[in-house]
Amino acid sequence: MTAVLDRPAASGARRRLATGVGGLLRRPGLLLAAAVLAVVGTAAVAPGTFTSGDPLAGVPRERLQPPGVAHWFGTDQLGRDLFTRVVHGAGRSLTATVIAVGVGLVVGSTIGLLAGFLGRWVDELLMRLVDVLLAVPALLLSLALVTALRFGTVKIAVAVGVGTIAAFARVMRAEVLRVRTSTYVEAARASGVRRHDVLLRHVLPNAYGPVLALATLEFGVAVLQISALSFLGYGAPPPDPEWGSLVAEGRNYLATAWWLSALPGLTVTATVLAAGRVARALDGEWGGVR
Amino acid sequence: MVRYLARRLLLAVGVLWAAWSVSFVVLFLLPGDPIEIMAAGGLESGTADPAREAQLRHEFGADRPVVVQYAAHLWDALHGDLGRSVQSGRPVTGELADALPHTLQLAGTALALAVLAGTSLALAAAVTRRPALRQVLLSLPVVGVSVPTFWVGLMLIHLLSFRFPLLPAIGDDGWRTLVLPAVTLALPIGAQLSQILAKSLLAALGEPYAETARAKGASHARVVLRHALRNAALPALTVAGVLVGVLLAGSVVVETVFSRPGLGRLTITAVGYRDMPVVQGVVIVGALAYVVANLAVDLLYPVLDPRLVTAGRADRPGRNSRAEVTAA
Repeated sequence: MTAVLDRPAASGARRRLATGVGGLLRRPGLLLAAAVLAVVGTAAVAPGTFTSGDPLAGVPRERLQPPGVAHWFGTDQLGRDLFTRVVHGAGRSLTATVIAVGVGLVVGSTIGLLAGFLGRWVDELLMRLVDVLLAVPALLLSLALVTALRFGTVKIAVAVGVGTIAAFARVMRAEVLRVRTSTYVEAARASGVRRHDVLLRHVLPNAYGPVLALATLEFGVAVLQISALSFLGYGAPPPDPEWGSLVAEGRNYLATAWWLSALPGLTVTATVLAAGRVARALDGEWGGVR
Repeated sequence: MVRYLARRLLLAVGVLWAAWSVSFVVLFLLPGDPIEIMAAGGLESGTADPAREAQLRHEFGADRPVVVQYAAHLWDALHGDLGRSVQSGRPVTGELADALPHTLQLAGTALALAVLAGTSLALAAAVTRRPALRQVLLSLPVVGVSVPTFWVGLMLIHLLSFRFPLLPAIGDDGWRTLVLPAVTLALPIGAQLSQILAKSLLAALGEPYAETARAKGASHARVVLRHALRNAALPALTVAGVLVGVLLAGSVVVETVFSRPGLGRLTITAVGYRDMPVVQGVVIVGALAYVVANLAVDLLYPVLDPRLVTAGRADRPGRNSRAEVTAA
């Protein structure tokens, strides 16, 4: 928690970029993690970069082929290329992740900002609300929301996002409380700056660092949770690929075709590990989440 | 001490009430309520007959104002009546009572495994003198929290049931069927536990009292086990409530993977049929587990650190739970 205070002063975007690139080269693990995220991100935005195949079209003659030169990840029971399906699944799975983190970030940090800045009964009310969200296990809360909202990629994303609100609210509130008592906020107030201007121009820009670090951390968590809900069958309906549902589809072929479950699951693991590595680096850079 | 306990108990009741209210709002006030589904005669079969729906609504009291419904439901809940399952017509409490023992068996075994493995790993990382080995030991839990639980379960089935037929893949029949699910469920819990414990152990070793013990001639292992561990246990205990929640949520996924009966299967069926009272019951059980675990920790706290009570303010050190403990 003390690491927050000795953040280096910003001295020109170019210098920061230079130290950023240099720091990246000195840490091969971080470089690898960034590369994994870049590849996965590209697959999500432009799946055509990696494969020209159709994720839904199968060649019955080539069903259940093990991984090889022709099919990197093998083929499924309908002869569809698994690599193509994983690449196309990235779009759906990562969109859901971004929505989930977005919901948590926007709603959570708004709650935290208001609670920390307004204080008194608003703080008390909002933080008790957050405590309640913490008391219900995240997955159970998501399942309750899925029951109400029904199935679909966006719906499970929202359900997961609601589960992350509490963490964002707490971190944002803690940061606002720290910034609120600083001299420049006092000075701004004393010189007659209006309340919402103090909030938006002085408090917010100095408080969002740890919140963004938390967002990268929650990104990995959200990938896991969304794949779990998708595995349980609450995501997109069958022919469309999603990472979680791809693992689920391979379930019936565990005895003979291990790659059907193994490789999509490995993709999820690699993404989560990479997001976690980047999150830890940003945590050091932007001030401690903890 | 009595005041400390009374405050904790009151807080626990408050959390339960709040969890009940949140699930009520989510499940009964969002569009597409269970009555509509019952009137339509199931999920798939088209639109509901308005007359039948109105009749059902009246029978279940769903035509009353929301506030009245809320009060009536809460009154019933306080008397141990969580309503009836839309799907089976049985009382929700009965459904939960049938499922709970299976899940408790699985979760209990997994928790024991997780505590054992997590603590050993953290201790090993703290005791070792070789930086390279420590680095490896510290990075193992990072992998543990990053793999999807359901995937680990499937890979264990592939390896230990099909490739090398050592253990059965599915079912609930004696300890042989318990091994794989318990290991799967223990992995994320143990990994999170050892992450927190290792971090606070290493921090404790840098404290002056550890230095003093060392100066007085205590061996490194003794400093770790007798001096640092007791202090380092506090942060790990703080997240126990959240870990129990993760355990319960994890069992939903693990029970599905290994086709075991229990709360998980009950939940999945209930979500599929939109059985709101049952889903609400499961949410309550989750909150209850969280509350009970936290109460147990609150009782343990004064034993480990008497200052917490004598200082008058019986607040626990920072409960920054979700930020550190991540569910999957």
